[in-house]
Amino acid sequence: MNVERTTRSAAWARAALFALGPVAVALLAGALLLLAMGVDPLAYYGYVAGRGLLSPSGLQATLTRMGPLLLIAASLIVAFRAGIWNLGGDGQFLLAAVSAAAAAPALAAHAPVWLVLPACLVLGAAVAALWSLLPALLRAFQGINEIITTLMMTFLGVSLANVLIKLVFRDPATTVPQTRTLPVADRLPRLFDTTVSSGLLIGLVAVVAVHLVMTRTAFGLKLRTVGANPGAALHAGLPVPMLTVVVFGISAALAGLAGAVDVLGTQGNVRADWNPAYSLTVVPLVFLARFNGFGTIAFVFLFSVLSIGGESAARRLGVPGYFSLVIVAILLVVLGLAEYLDQRRQRKGED
Amino acid sequence: MVGSSVSGATAREAVVSLRGVTKRFPGVVANDRVSIDFRPGEVHVLLGENGAGKSTLVAMLAGLQRPDEGGIVVGGEPIDISSPRKALDLGIGTVFQHSMLVPSLSLVDNFILGGPWWKRPDRAGAAERMRARAESIGVRLDPFALAGSLSLGERQQAEIVRALMRGNRCLILDEATAMLTPRDAEQLGALMCRLAAGGLAVVFITHKLDEAIAWGDRISVLRRGRNVASLGPEDLKAGDVAAVTAGLVRTMFGADAADGTRGPEGRRRATPAGPVVLAAGDLAIDDDAVPVSGVGFTIRAGEILGIAGIDGNGQKQLAEALAGQRPIRAGSLTLNGRPIDRAGVGERRALGLRYVTDDRLGEGTVGPFSVATNLVLKQIGEAPFWRKGVEQPAAIADHARRRVGAFDVRTPGVGTPVARLSGGNIQKVLLARELTGTAEAVVFAKPTYGLDVRNTHATRGRIREAAEAGCAVLLISTDIGELLELADRIAVMSRGRIVGTVDNDADARRRIGELMSGTTQ
Repeated sequence: MNVERTTRSAAWARAALFALGPVAVALLAGALLLLAMGVDPLAYYGYVAGRGLLSPSGLQATLTRMGPLLLIAASLIVAFRAGIWNLGGDGQFLLAAVSAAAAAPALAAHAPVWLVLPACLVLGAAVAALWSLLPALLRAFQGINEIITTLMMTFLGVSLANVLIKLVFRDPATTVPQTRTLPVADRLPRLFDTTVSSGLLIGLVAVVAVHLVMTRTAFGLKLRTVGANPGAALHAGLPVPMLTVVVFGISAALAGLAGAVDVLGTQGNVRADWNPAYSLTVVPLVFLARFNGFGTIAFVFLFSVLSIGGESAARRLGVPGYFSLVIVAILLVVLGLAEYLDQRRQRKGED
Repeated sequence: MVGSSVSGATAREAVVSLRGVTKRFPGVVANDRVSIDFRPGEVHVLLGENGAGKSTLVAMLAGLQRPDEGGIVVGGEPIDISSPRKALDLGIGTVFQHSMLVPSLSLVDNFILGGPWWKRPDRAGAAERMRARAESIGVRLDPFALAGSLSLGERQQAEIVRALMRGNRCLILDEATAMLTPRDAEQLGALMCRLAAGGLAVVFITHKLDEAIAWGDRISVLRRGRNVASLGPEDLKAGDVAAVTAGLVRTMFGADAADGTRGPEGRRRATPAGPVVLAAGDLAIDDDAVPVSGVGFTIRAGEILGIAGIDGNGQKQLAEALAGQRPIRAGSLTLNGRPIDRAGVGERRALGLRYVTDDRLGEGTVGPFSVATNLVLKQIGEAPFWRKGVEQPAAIADHARRRVGAFDVRTPGVGTPVARLSGGNIQKVLLARELTGTAEAVVFAKPTYGLDVRNTHATRGRIREAAEAGCAVLLISTDIGELLELADRIAVMSRGRIVGTVDNDADARRRIGELMSGTTQ
């Protein structure tokens, strides 16, 4: 028992080292890139930290941004742990966002807020789950690669959302094609006296719940078995096609929930050209955390700081706004290298 | 070591010689003191079952693996073949079972892939050399054809030409006919004989007897990593084909007296007269490669029915269909009188049917999962390991510790990922999982495949215990010695059918050999 505990804490320390080491190296490499671009890296990181983390309004924006990102992360963790590469989160997100944005103002006129908001969240999740049904069935019963089909469904989903806004749900009162704006009073409540949306709470609950379900329950173990070794799942008598469809449903529903939360909590409406592409942005974060829910929370927070702070740093220093993505990309490369070195070291140890 | 004691004549003649080569992997001895000489001008066949150690031997000759003990002598000098490049430089060319050509490139581009990157590739020159080399061995080859557009036989010819362009002393063909149509295989055989006639040492690896006899000048039989028999030209050309075949079957599958793993022959105990537990009638199972049809048997409580046969004759399909992993197209299957041919895997398991798969890492276990989790992998969600769907780690670990103790699994802990264990211990984990609880009938698929002597012994003990505890046991094995040691009756499977069933008496070995080599058909 004692031995197991020490190895476990050693494993935790190693995991932390393997998560934080690459972050430090990536920030350093990012600094070198900034130097090469003629930007003072200290100033850049200073603005990032100052705006994204240290100023009250910035921190609140960071935390609010985390809500949908965490939900997307939960969506990806469910799918990836089950070995299903649902990369169609952006289409699922956007269709859910449009559904919620269309339904909420319409319902708000007739029903109390406490009923409208949950109803719209469920609606968003349901629409997204429905959108994933085709790739799910194709994967479950025909073995068709879901990476391709979900990416294709994203193209269709983004276009469909666009069309819906322009032709069906368009707010006649505005010139820009967008849905009717949900009054601030009818949006998701804010936390305490801050501007942080309660979407953050929903996101945190979702990630932790997904983490616990995947690691502590029979259902989660079934999904992990399918993901780690489909042959063994079949051998153990698990209903692999059924589980596949269920995983798609849960994953897409969480992505849809992210869309609904973003609209009901922050955006208030959806413009026709709006596509934040959160899903593909969160994919590397989930990988960095190795599908661990708590690690994901940390990485999503870090990314939120980077993207909120990066936006303001970009304006002041003339760095492109997507530089935060560059840092995430460097981080991924560094992590890949770390993994490679670790495996080589382990192989040497075995010889 | 042995090198100096070998008579001068053979040492000079051999191009490549293995001298007491031993190679071990965790829990498995792949090659055990193998000594073989490969002479120029001969087709030397390495014959053996899957897992007999042929591929490891090839890997060492090709520079992919290095022997743990013993050495390889090339052209009279002991040489360390440290890399594939070194092997090629020594003139040893290897054609592997699976095509190593890039399908989207032309043959000539495939051939010059390994060239220095800073030089402009000399396509025309290479194509000319290819064409000339191909012609010299009587093969027609279009250097500019896309590799992917060629038939498997043509691709293989191209790979042989490529091997010959680098290595011209010794050509190794690893399971070369496994993927070929009979006609392509026939051509390959003729080509091998031509190459040997031209002075090359050809090493041909196969598990097909007829090919070995038809094309081989010399045959070495590998069994459990050892070279158990060698037949020279005099043996092959003298006897008639049937006699040689029967002799080879015996050596391949365990008639060899030097094999220490074999127990007493013929089960002397009376055949159990308990009730029929597992009964199959006229089973038909669909499969692209080996469809199974007309398979029927009954197994009583406490009885062990052996299924003998060369690997790949429908044994796996049968086992999977019995376990419920593969649909049964027609026929009946009952367990204790209850039809189960439409039941799912879980339902059959719940009724007491167990399947110990031979694909231990591919489907038997989930490598990265802990030993403890793997032990309950077929009971996910069941009490006491899960309550209301929530995992009970203490119960699972407890169960694992008891199983690990009872089945003598050597593992650092129950939390260790199962893939870290040796093959023998992974097998013990599987046995612990399948033989725990109320097993009524157990299907063992090649239960000692790839295991070392000690683990083989332990596994056979478990099989015997299961039968003695009243289980109906179906034992699928490619090792006749094992079947003779354990089974009450032995059925022989060939091309998806059961071609005969014999009682395990003193004469069983001969009759099984006849059924397997088809001489009684």
